[in-house]
Amino acid sequence: MSIILSTRNVIKRFGGLVAVNSFEIEVKENSISSVIGPNGAGKTTFFNCITGFYTPTEGEIIFDGDHHIEGLRPDQVTLKGLSRTYQNIRLFSKMTAIENILVGQHKHFKTHWLEAIFKTKGFIKEEEEALEEAIRLLNFVGLSGLGDQVAHNLPYGAQRRLEIARALASKPKLLLLDEPTAGMNPNESIELMHFIRRLRDEVGITVLLIEHDMKVVMGISEEIWVMDFGQKIAEGTPHDIQTNPKVIEAYLGSGAASGLNLGKGE
Amino acid sequence: MNKSITIKDIISKGLIAGVVILSLNVIGFITLLGERELITGWFSLGHVFLVATPMAVAYFTTKNMDYESKAKPIGVGFVIGAVSAIPSIILVFLETNTDLRQFLANVSPALTEFLTFGQGVVAGSFILLLFFAVMSALASFVGLLDKKIQHPLVTGVAWVLGIATFSEVLLIRIRDTFGRGVAKFIFEGETLNPIIALFIFLVAAGITLWWDQKGDGIKVTFAGFSPQKKKQLSKGRSLILMVVILFLPLLLGSYLTEVTNNVGIYILMGLGLNIVVGFAGLLDLGYVAFFAIGAYVMGVLTSEGALGLDIGFTFWTALPVAVLTAILFGIILGVPVLGMRGDYLAIVTLGFGEIIRVLAVSDVFKGTLGGAQGILQIPKPEFFGIRLVQPEQLYYVVLGGVLLAVFIATRLRDSRLGRQWMAMREDEDVAEAMGMNLVATKLMAFATGAAFSGLAGAIFASKLTSIFPHSFNLIISINVLALIIVGGVGSIPGVFAGALILVGLPELLREFAEFRMLIYGVLLIVMMLYKPEGFLPDERRKRESSTDEELSLAEN
Repeated sequence: MSIILSTRNVIKRFGGLVAVNSFEIEVKENSISSVIGPNGAGKTTFFNCITGFYTPTEGEIIFDGDHHIEGLRPDQVTLKGLSRTYQNIRLFSKMTAIENILVGQHKHFKTHWLEAIFKTKGFIKEEEEALEEAIRLLNFVGLSGLGDQVAHNLPYGAQRRLEIARALASKPKLLLLDEPTAGMNPNESIELMHFIRRLRDEVGITVLLIEHDMKVVMGISEEIWVMDFGQKIAEGTPHDIQTNPKVIEAYLGSGAASGLNLGKGE
Repeated sequence: MNKSITIKDIISKGLIAGVVILSLNVIGFITLLGERELITGWFSLGHVFLVATPMAVAYFTTKNMDYESKAKPIGVGFVIGAVSAIPSIILVFLETNTDLRQFLANVSPALTEFLTFGQGVVAGSFILLLFFAVMSALASFVGLLDKKIQHPLVTGVAWVLGIATFSEVLLIRIRDTFGRGVAKFIFEGETLNPIIALFIFLVAAGITLWWDQKGDGIKVTFAGFSPQKKKQLSKGRSLILMVVILFLPLLLGSYLTEVTNNVGIYILMGLGLNIVVGFAGLLDLGYVAFFAIGAYVMGVLTSEGALGLDIGFTFWTALPVAVLTAILFGIILGVPVLGMRGDYLAIVTLGFGEIIRVLAVSDVFKGTLGGAQGILQIPKPEFFGIRLVQPEQLYYVVLGGVLLAVFIATRLRDSRLGRQWMAMREDEDVAEAMGMNLVATKLMAFATGAAFSGLAGAIFASKLTSIFPHSFNLIISINVLALIIVGGVGSIPGVFAGALILVGLPELLREFAEFRMLIYGVLLIVMMLYKPEGFLPDERRKRESSTDEELSLAEN
C-alpha cells in the first residue's frame, strides 16, 4: 500500500512552547488510522499544521505522492484533496444543511460569476448537479429530509454528521476527523464508528482521526500514533498500543501501568 | 404571563414616561411639532408625541397584569398618565417664575403656552394632568379590549394620524389631480377636516373589521387554488406592481418624484453596501468614497464648465467609466486592507472615506476637482436628443440603475459567490478551509459594492448638475449603513424599506430634519432591542432569530 500522507520532523513552536516536536507519521492509502494522546498533547495543533491553519516551524508534510503542503494556505491544501472537521463543531451555523454542503463543494464549481448573473445554461446545470450531489451526501450521512434546516437548529449528533458531509463534499482523498465522537453517547459513537468504516469501504477515502474515545480508536484504527507533550511516544496496531506501558503511563501517570487495559474494541 | 403591579412600579413607570416627555420638551421637539396641526381645531403632531409616551407605557404596563375588575388596569393607566405629567408641570412653573432660557433655549413661553393649552398656568397644568391621565387610561382600556375591536380601532387611528401627518404633501397632490374644490373639501387650510378625519377612521376601521372576519376565509380559498392559478395570480400581482412603478411619477407629481429619486440614489448605494456588509460581513465605514469617485468622474468627464475635460463624453459614455473607476478604487483599497478583520477593517475604510473627501477639498487637485467650489455645470443626461431635466424624467434613469443593481445583487446572492460570502461572514477560517480564496471573495464583494456606489454617484452628479466635497462626508456612509440595519441586514427588500424610512420620511416631514440624528439614534436603539433583524428581514435572518419554540420543533 502506498503512503498518502507523511510528515517528517514536523515542529511547531509558539514562543518558547514546543507544541509539536518532530512528530512523524505515515498514513497508508485507504486506511483508517488515529492520533491519540492526553489533553493538551498537541494533536489539534498537529492537524492545524497539516491543513494549513498553522505553518509548521520546521519540517515537511508530503501529501499524495510528492506534493509538499507545509506552509500552504488552508484553501490550497483543500484543493490538493485534503478535508477536515473540527473538534468543536464549526458549521456555518446560520446556513441550511444543504447550503453548508454546497459551500463544501466549492472546489468543484467551474462557472464564472458572470454566468451566474446571466443564468447561463451551464450555470443552471452546474447548480442542479451540485444540489443533487448535496442531497446525495445528506442521505449518505443519514440526514435525509433535513436539508432545509438551519444548521444550528439541528441536534448535536446531526451537526457532527453534517460537518462530515460538508468535508466529504470536496471529494477529498484524505479526511481528517478531529474528535468526531466528542460529546456523543456510547450508542452514537458506535454508530459513527460504523459510518467511518463505510466511508472507507464504500467511498474509498483514507481517514485520519484524532480521538479520545478508546473504544472507537481501538475498534476502528489500523494504525495508531500516540502523542504526549508534542512528541511521538508510541506507534503500532491497537494491540501494540494497548499493551505499551509508555502509553498507559502517559494517560494515567506512572505506577498505573500494571494491570490496566485501555478498553478493548467493540 | 401575568404580573402583579405594585404602587412603586406604577409611580416609577409614570416618572420614566414623564422624564421622556420632559426631555422632548427641553430639546424643543414638542414645540416644533406643535406647529403642525393635524386635525383642524383639534390637535397637532406635538400633542401626539407629547401623549404617546405615557400612553405606550400605560398600555404595555397593564396589558399583562392581573385584575379582578376592569377598573383596576384603567386606574393604573390613569395614575401612570397623571404621574407622567408632573415633570412637565414643574417645568411650566419653573418657566413662568424664573428665566430658564439662558440655560435651556427651548424652554420658552411658547412651550408653556402649548403645555397649558393657553389656559393659564394653574388651570392649564390641571388640564395637562387630566389630559395625560385620561389618555393613558384610554390606552389601558384599549389594551383590555377584545382583539376584534382593538385591531380596527388602532388601525383607524393610525390611518387618520398618518394621513393628517402627510397632509401637506397629499394636499398638493390632490389639488393638482382632482382640482381645488376636492382639496378644499378634504383639508381646511393645510390640515385635515375633522369630518373627513372621522370618515377616514370609519373606513379604515371598517375595512380592518371586515378583513379580520373574512380575511382568513379568503386566505383559505387562496391556498386552495391550484398551483397554476396561484402562479397566474402572482404574475398578475407583479404586472400591477410593474405598471405602478413605471407610472409612479405621474402619480406622485414633481416634488414627490424628486424625493423618490433621492431615495432611489440611497437605495442604489444601500444595495451595494448590503453586499459588502450584509452578504459578506465586511464592515465598510468609508463607503461614501466610491460614491464620491463616481460623482467626480462624471463631473470631470462631462462638465461644460471650466473644469470639464471637454473630450466628448456624454452622460451615457461617462457612466461606465465612472463605475469602472469606482471598481478600480475598490480593488486598490481592498487588496491591502482585506486581510484585516472586523473592527480594524471598519477603521481603515473610515480613513479611506475621509482621505477621498479631503483630497477633493485640497488644493492639490484644485485644478481638476475644483476644491471646495466643486464642479459646476454638469449636464443632465440626454436620451435620444431629449435632455432629462424634470424629476419625472430623471426618475427613469434612477429606476434603471436600481433595477440593474437589484438584478445583479439577487443573481449573485443565489449563486456560488453568494454562498461563499455568507460562509465567510459566518466563519472566515472554515470558509477558507473549504477551498475558497478569501482575498478574491472579499474583493468581489468590495468591487460589486463599489460599482453600485459609483453608479449612484454618477447619477447623483448628473441629476444635481453640480458637486461639492461636502456632499460626500462621513454622514452619507453612516446613513447608508443605518438604512441597511433598519431595513434588515442582508435583505434586498430591506434596503428599500430602510431607504424609505430613513431618507424618504425625513424629506416629507421637514420639521424632523433638525432632529434627524436624534430620531436615527432612537430608532436604531429601539430596532436593536425589539426588532434586531430589521423591518423586512431576509428569510435567512428570520430563521436565525427563530424562537426557542421553533428550535425545539426542529429537534423533535
